[in-house]
Amino acid sequence: MNDSGTSLPADSWFGDLRFPIDVRIPSDVRFIEPIVGAVVKRCVEHSIPSKACRLNVPVALTEAISNAILRGNHEDTSKAVRIRVTIDDRDLILEVEDEGAGFDLGACLVDPGGDGNRFREDGRGLFLMCSLMDRVEQVPEHANIVRLTLHRA
Amino acid sequence: MAFSVRKDGDTCVVAVEGQLIVGNRQELKQRVLDELERGERKFLVDFGQTGYIDSSGLGVLVSLSKRIRELNGDLRLSNLNDDLKTLFELTKLDTLFQIA
Repeated sequence: MNDSGTSLPADSWFGDLRFPIDVRIPSDVRFIEPIVGAVVKRCVEHSIPSKACRLNVPVALTEAISNAILRGNHEDTSKAVRIRVTIDDRDLILEVEDEGAGFDLGACLVDPGGDGNRFREDGRGLFLMCSLMDRVEQVPEHANIVRLTLHRA
Repeated sequence: MAFSVRKDGDTCVVAVEGQLIVGNRQELKQRVLDELERGERKFLVDFGQTGYIDSSGLGVLVSLSKRIRELNGDLRLSNLNDDLKTLFELTKLDTLFQIA
């Protein structure tokens, strides 16, 4: 256990995950890389294109979980982030849910090429999600759930 | 993930071994700031062993770039794979950094 009382993630923690994935992690950024790695591993096994497995899925999912931990749950380790992943013939769907009040997805989207934005240290996460996935949306009536969709074809 | 620091002539080379993401970005920032404190001014961040970078990692690179420029130093990035180049192009950061 660390100072916050959260057990440190081990590489083997998420090794048994299979689609459909439905898992909760504490609001601790150290859990991001292991869960993202486990999801990507399953994507590889399901023949998701290699570039998507190297870039689109890990970066977009990392951003979504990071937002949930840092902004949704404010790193309160008593709060969880729920990650659901489903796959069918057409789509890979990633859903990330926090315990916060939700946010205005449209209002948070920043153009990194806009005036002065190039020198900003933050604000690129949602842009990257939208750039790397085919669809980014909030689940209706649940502003604290972001859904990322990647078409398989 | 880990970071290693070595000298190559007058350049401080920082190798990123693994992903540069929200969970480790502060470690990279502190390693470079420590070297700046010791008087180093020329930096090369080597991404030869890096698969991807998230927005927090990109943000730390922007932060370090600004700080190093304030001290009349130089920050370059090297060995970016095609995926990393895509990230820098998408975010227009390819125009901010010198990419070797």
